[in-house]
Amino acid sequence: MEASVGTTPIVTITGCVIVAIRDDLDDHDILALQDQLVEEVSRKNAVGVIIDIGSLEIVDTFAGRMLGAMAQMARMMNARTVVVGMRPAVAMTLVELGMTLEGVETALNADRAINLILGERN
Amino acid sequence: MAESDLTVTLSRPSDVAFARQAAMQAMTSIGASAIKKTKFVTAVSEIARNAIVYGHGGRISFEIVGNGSQRSVVAECTDRGPGIADVNQALKDGFSTGKGLGLGLSGARRLVDRFKITSSSDTGTTVILECACR
Amino acid sequence: MASETTTASLLQDEFEKILSAWMKAQAKEGVKRTDLVSAKETERQSRDLLTALARSSQTAATDASFDFANPGWDPVRDAIEEITESRTQRGVTPSEMGWFIASLKQPLFDHLAADLAEKPKQMSAELWNTTRMVDQIVLQAIESLVSKREAVIERQREEMTEVSAPVVKIWDRIVTVPLIGTLDSFRAQTVMENLLDAIVQWEAEVAIIDITGVSTVDTLVAQHLLKTAAAVRLMGAHCVICGIRPKIAQTVVNLGVELPNITTRVDLQSGLAYAFERIGVSPKEQ
Repeated sequence: MEASVGTTPIVTITGCVIVAIRDDLDDHDILALQDQLVEEVSRKNAVGVIIDIGSLEIVDTFAGRMLGAMAQMARMMNARTVVVGMRPAVAMTLVELGMTLEGVETALNADRAINLILGERN
Repeated sequence: MAESDLTVTLSRPSDVAFARQAAMQAMTSIGASAIKKTKFVTAVSEIARNAIVYGHGGRISFEIVGNGSQRSVVAECTDRGPGIADVNQALKDGFSTGKGLGLGLSGARRLVDRFKITSSSDTGTTVILECACR
Repeated sequence: MASETTTASLLQDEFEKILSAWMKAQAKEGVKRTDLVSAKETERQSRDLLTALARSSQTAATDASFDFANPGWDPVRDAIEEITESRTQRGVTPSEMGWFIASLKQPLFDHLAADLAEKPKQMSAELWNTTRMVDQIVLQAIESLVSKREAVIERQREEMTEVSAPVVKIWDRIVTVPLIGTLDSFRAQTVMENLLDAIVQWEAEVAIIDITGVSTVDTLVAQHLLKTAAAVRLMGAHCVICGIRPKIAQTVVNLGVELPNITTRVDLQSGLAYAFERIGVSPKEQ
């Protein structure tokens, strides 16, 4: 699966579509990524989408809404969306903005996200 | 010591990313803390996007003010749009005429140290944001 | 030569004389503060500053075109930085710092008056140049001292907040922070930052905030707690607030504050029990 600019290639492991966002994406790239993820979920009949935002310094309301929309679309295809690696500064800023990212699950890292989605406990 | 001004033209949605970069650069140059940087750049992102989406385009300029250990970055964003009819209403959380104008404006205000907005149908909208380094 | 005497030339030709005269003037003004700065250090600092001054005045203008922002004065600025750095630590006040430098005028004036006695016009011009130059250095030193003091105060404030609200890894994947006393905006922000950083550092799944020691819970405090819990969740961990005394429960309900999606418990013990359950550890296994 080809990568969008500024992200790692999208891979699917144990039924989970995984991507890490590396750079600050502009609006166009964010929407393109959304499309690609939805495509992949459908194509692989995935049970989860894991988005690693550990490299993102900025998550504004646009990106937040995109994540929410992603979760909604994934849910319609019976998949869960988990955002991982959120930086403390980003978390505090989103809270200040009033963005709760309802419908989007969160985990500390991709490993935990996979466990969460597949229902295992370590 | 003269500080350089930086202006970013805001016409296409992709320009918001440029505005973020310029804001980040300015905050880094005054030695801002990570949390202050994140808050300010996010606020800039919101305001810049509003200018493009609702304001029919405009521009945002950055200036570094103050001296010594307490410097700040001031961002001034102007657009040529129809203006916001009721600014106070728009600043209340969740208010929205389109998709998501609400959280962005009031959120941006909470994120910065100083926030000023003027808006009219003749002159468009001007938002001033300021953040100190700590 | 007497006809060439300027402050710059004095600093070259009569350096040692001026230095020792300055040290004497310092003692007279009572600014030696030997309790804070040893005589040896004072001598070294005075020598360093005077040396820098001598060097700079060779190249940078000391007459009407004097401009302290000129990079030619960097040696003097650097010397001031070094001196204020150590003096800030010792608690020297800005005015003591100011007088330490201002007392340099005395020996300079004495020499200028002696050398230019026959040339009153030149003497008054050079006296003015000297005054302007030394005053500028005094201002720079005071500003430097004050801003360093402010930085120290800021650092102490942060340290105090950290010490009073340390985040502790209490178990594998569980962190906890006990809040004590009042919770103002600044402290709340610092606690949030520390807690979130700790979650990353210890890869915690549960964060327990113990408010047993918090004196009052009003709307503001409740808001801070809500924000912190929301931020914890966004990072992928779960927040538990424990230490809910009857008074607090009453206040929160009466204020009409809602605590959606936040787990609350009466005390740390039950908070821990919940955390263990959440990470899948049975208490018997401890």
